[in-house]
Amino acid sequence: MDDNRQTTASEPADGANDATPTISVVGAQPSIAPGDDGDQLQVTLGEFEGPLDLLLYLIRQEQVNIYDIPIARITDEYLRYLQLMKELDLTVAGDFLVMAAQLIELKSRMLLPRDPLATEEEIEDPRNELVNRLLEHEKFKAAAQMLWSRATVEQAVFTRAEIETDKNNPEVAVGLFDLLSVFQEILARHKEEVMMEIEREEITMAEMIERLRNMVRSAGELNVLRFFEQAKSRRELVVAFLSVLELVRLSEISLRQRETFGEITATAVTPA
Amino acid sequence: MSNKAKAAASVDDEVELVDSSDSEILGEREIGDAELQSIIEALIFVADEPINPKTIADVVKVDREAVDKAIAALVNDYDGGNGGLQLREIAGGWQIATRAEFHEHVRAYLKSKPSAKLSLASLETLAVIAYRQPVTVPEILEIRGVQSPSAIKTLLDKRLIVAKGRKETVGRPMMYGTSKEFLIQFGLKDLSELPSIEDFQDLAGGLEP
Repeated sequence: MDDNRQTTASEPADGANDATPTISVVGAQPSIAPGDDGDQLQVTLGEFEGPLDLLLYLIRQEQVNIYDIPIARITDEYLRYLQLMKELDLTVAGDFLVMAAQLIELKSRMLLPRDPLATEEEIEDPRNELVNRLLEHEKFKAAAQMLWSRATVEQAVFTRAEIETDKNNPEVAVGLFDLLSVFQEILARHKEEVMMEIEREEITMAEMIERLRNMVRSAGELNVLRFFEQAKSRRELVVAFLSVLELVRLSEISLRQRETFGEITATAVTPA
Repeated sequence: MSNKAKAAASVDDEVELVDSSDSEILGEREIGDAELQSIIEALIFVADEPINPKTIADVVKVDREAVDKAIAALVNDYDGGNGGLQLREIAGGWQIATRAEFHEHVRAYLKSKPSAKLSLASLETLAVIAYRQPVTVPEILEIRGVQSPSAIKTLLDKRLIVAKGRKETVGRPMMYGTSKEFLIQFGLKDLSELPSIEDFQDLAGGLEP
């Protein structure tokens, strides 16, 4: 199991554990799967919901007595796992660091010589608090399992579908004022519709360019002023002006003005 | 229509009127045991949520004792029969539901799949809240060893837990407890039906090699 965890954790090729139910009694396998956006790796650290879970796992793994935990050994194991987790998922590791500190403190307290004058009763095992927390945590994990199986059984039991009553039927539940407010909304929307005038696009840029091109080509020379005069609206005029600029830019036509303030004529540029 | 017939008709009407008003007066007292059972069954059937005996007593206008007796008899009927339904006590009320053993067929008809279950984190948090309520977030953290903000949010969203005021301590943290919805979803009569948390001690003690 130990080896398994490590290999799974260091092999990014391992697929998502989609077959694993949300809750599992034995413990989900840790796995690394590509995230939704493809860039991220999603790291599942198995059943290690928190530091207490990891500790319980290690205690079981090492097959030691929970009431007599070899703190030094378990601490080393814990830190080894933490190192691995740190490499994978920093946010999870953050939660686990507090426990690491507590374990190290416990380890050092275990090394202190006992008070030789203290009686049996006075000597309290420094591990007691941790053991109690672990046992408490384990109890609630078992309680969670119990809730899970209850919910599973409950999902196999069905009650009848909702009966349509005035209270839950939205068609009936509408009052006069609801109707009025909806009507007002419709009126307001109608007003907006009248006010909004969408300008129809009379001629597109491409069409205007084509028109200019044809006129220049057929006449050989075109008075730009004439061309502009054809525009029926302000918008069309703008489009006409832009199309002249565009054809000049593309060097399809050239503009010439023979005298200051004189007429500007466009001539087709013969490709070299 | 002849006068005679008219007279006969009006007499009939009168007789009927007298009859019906008579039976109405007597009606409240005269619901027989069997009829009361049937009425109660009908009410439990239409109720959207488990319906409690007091509500039934108020609606039918009989005393609570009679309701309890009738329900007991009904439960007997349901348990003895080979029907596909069961009458069960949930969240302090009564509910008619299908028997679990037919879930496959019911599901096939409803085209429903078992809905998404709660995550392990949410279930653990829920367990702590169920057994230690009213309980604050720091107290949950102490037992679980990890923060559970998203679990608490999930449970609140699913209306399985409710806020139960603030604890008069430093920071006045919010206290949480389980809701009626919790009892319904987990098929519990009341909280006392949960197995004692100390019963899980054996499991925890099982850590000893």
